[in-house]
Amino acid sequence: MNATNKSAGASIDIRKASKRYGKFVALRDLDLSIRPGEFMTLLGPSGSGKTTTLNLIAGFTEVSSGSLEIGGKSVLGLPSHKRNIGVVFQHYALFPHMSVGRNVAYPLTLRGISGAEREGKVRHALDMVKMADFAHRYPNELSGGQQQRVALARALVFDPPLLLMDEPLGALDKKLREWLQLEIKRIHRELGTTFVYVTHDQEEALVLSDRIAVFNGGQVEQIGTGRELYDNPATLFVGRFIGESTVLRGKADIVGGDTVVSIAGTKIVASGKISGQAAPVILLRPERAVLHRPGTGVVDGENRLSGIVEEAIYVGSGSKYDIRLKDGTTAVVRSPLGAPEFAIGDTAEIVFRPGDVTLLADDASADITLT
Amino acid sequence: MQLSSRIFLGLFCLLVAILLLAPTLVVIPMSFNSNKSLAFPPAGFSWQWYDNFFTNPEWLLSLRNSFMIATVVAILATTLGTLAAFGVTRAAARTGGLLRAILITPMVVPGVVLAIGIYAVYLDTGLVGTMAGFVFAHTMLAIPFVLIAVSASLEVFDRRLETAAASLGAGKLTVFRTVTLPLILPGVLSGALFAFITSFDEIIVALFITSPYLKTLPVQIYSSITRDADPTVAAVGTLLFLATSFIIVAGLLIGMRRGRT
Ligand SMILES: Nc1ncnc2c1ncn2[C@@H]1O[C@H](COP(=O)(O)OP(=O)(O)O)[C@@H](O)[C@H]1O
Ligand SMILES: [Mg+2]
Repeated sequence: MNATNKSAGASIDIRKASKRYGKFVALRDLDLSIRPGEFMTLLGPSGSGKTTTLNLIAGFTEVSSGSLEIGGKSVLGLPSHKRNIGVVFQHYALFPHMSVGRNVAYPLTLRGISGAEREGKVRHALDMVKMADFAHRYPNELSGGQQQRVALARALVFDPPLLLMDEPLGALDKKLREWLQLEIKRIHRELGTTFVYVTHDQEEALVLSDRIAVFNGGQVEQIGTGRELYDNPATLFVGRFIGESTVLRGKADIVGGDTVVSIAGTKIVASGKISGQAAPVILLRPERAVLHRPGTGVVDGENRLSGIVEEAIYVGSGSKYDIRLKDGTTAVVRSPLGAPEFAIGDTAEIVFRPGDVTLLADDASADITLT
Repeated sequence: MQLSSRIFLGLFCLLVAILLLAPTLVVIPMSFNSNKSLAFPPAGFSWQWYDNFFTNPEWLLSLRNSFMIATVVAILATTLGTLAAFGVTRAAARTGGLLRAILITPMVVPGVVLAIGIYAVYLDTGLVGTMAGFVFAHTMLAIPFVLIAVSASLEVFDRRLETAAASLGAGKLTVFRTVTLPLILPGVLSGALFAFITSFDEIIVALFITSPYLKTLPVQIYSSITRDADPTVAAVGTLLFLATSFIIVAGLLIGMRRGRT
């Protein structure tokens, strides 16, 4: 717990891990590698297996099959109290019969640390989360945010090489959540501990993480930095889960190595093609397109899709438009300040280059799991 | 609510309270009777029955027996009942329900029926008139009270705290000692109190398994009142009434202080 003497974080290697509850498969052949000192976020919709994965790492449940290594050593069969991993829960889980100071001292006492050394470590940990003045309070005298900071101090005070957090800010209001996100990020930077963080909030994942593992149906769909996931989603599910997007569907043909999709009677060109049998769909990010008035600013080789402005929202840095296409799809476009402005009911043309969109294999489940 | 109906309800409550308290309160004046008769209202005033209680070895011995038996019963029943409560609340819902029903039978079965059964078994095993016999029988009667009190605490206990303690490095026993037990302690203590009192004032089974050499206080009271209507029983009753009131008030005060922090 010393900024000048960073403790090395532990690596995690999960190979072909499955977890079954009776007939129900919660995790299916999960592969996940986390590097030492990394801030890894497990992101996915509710029920996708994030908590199950965290519980496996923490030792609260055992895999049905597969392997799990922490710091290069298999921990299968090792009970949670011997794993030396810090865990922060959504529900804080502070001991109500102990003061804040005794809560934080608890893991140290268990490790035979006492006296001045223990006092020093407790004070240091509480300082880190800015709760040093509250050592004599009891958990029920603290707000949710304060309790979670104490829980964080308690999970870190024994210098674990790995910290697991399961939606730790889920019960807090937005302002507090944003502030604590930055605090968690700062603490991660100071310590060098490996952090594994579970959330279903993609914005939170983008703010915090070095890399994000996107979970869907008990499997990891893709692992990458926020930028990689946003710019190059591997699946339609990932593309839709991370950030805003418009999915354009239509009859597709391959023309000269590019894919031409016919949308509401208009041919739209997307660079490249996808492999496999599935029908290709086009994923368009809101800031990759611009809006033009019909027939203006025509440049050869650009795609133009006509539609009616259904919603126009001023968002400070520009405007956000919902455009209803002829086939009923609603497309989202963000215009920067200074771009032509539109009112509800105007006809507008969505303009983008073939290289500015992502081609993905169609997957009906990607729509169902997202609401 | 109308004033008249409020007055009516108030009076009704008072009546019920008097009805509940009267038999107890009648004992107090009787204990100061100067005649050797259990009469109400008493004639005159004297401390002689209290004096008799504290000087007569027969009374003191039975009080000592009751105390010893009740203390051992409280310890045994609290330990066993607490373990049973863990089993019942942490088993699968259906198994737990069945176990609970079985464990609670001593409370539901009529005392006389139980007493006959116990007496029959004790005759064969030579436990009639022994300390061990009293302890076994009373422990059996007391376990359901502990089970109920402790399960009530366990049901509101947040098991996720045990998971958190394990993640911080605590093994199963340490988790129990440092987290679970302190948090269910109010239930355990009230279970222990119930167990003590269950044994201390148990009379039905005691009458069956008693012997002239081993009497508990309730047995002594009963035999003395049937033999010669000795007002000493009123003195004993008054003392017991004061003692239990003291324990309950103390318990309430401790509970209130606990509630504040
Ligand atoms: N103890 C359990 N018994 C049966 N099913 C479970 C159990 N724990 C989790 N599940 C199921 O496993 C799936 C994944 O759960 P979980 O890992 O908690 O999802 P997430 O944290 O991503 O919301 C869910 O469908 C959940 O219902
Ligand atoms: Mg979860």
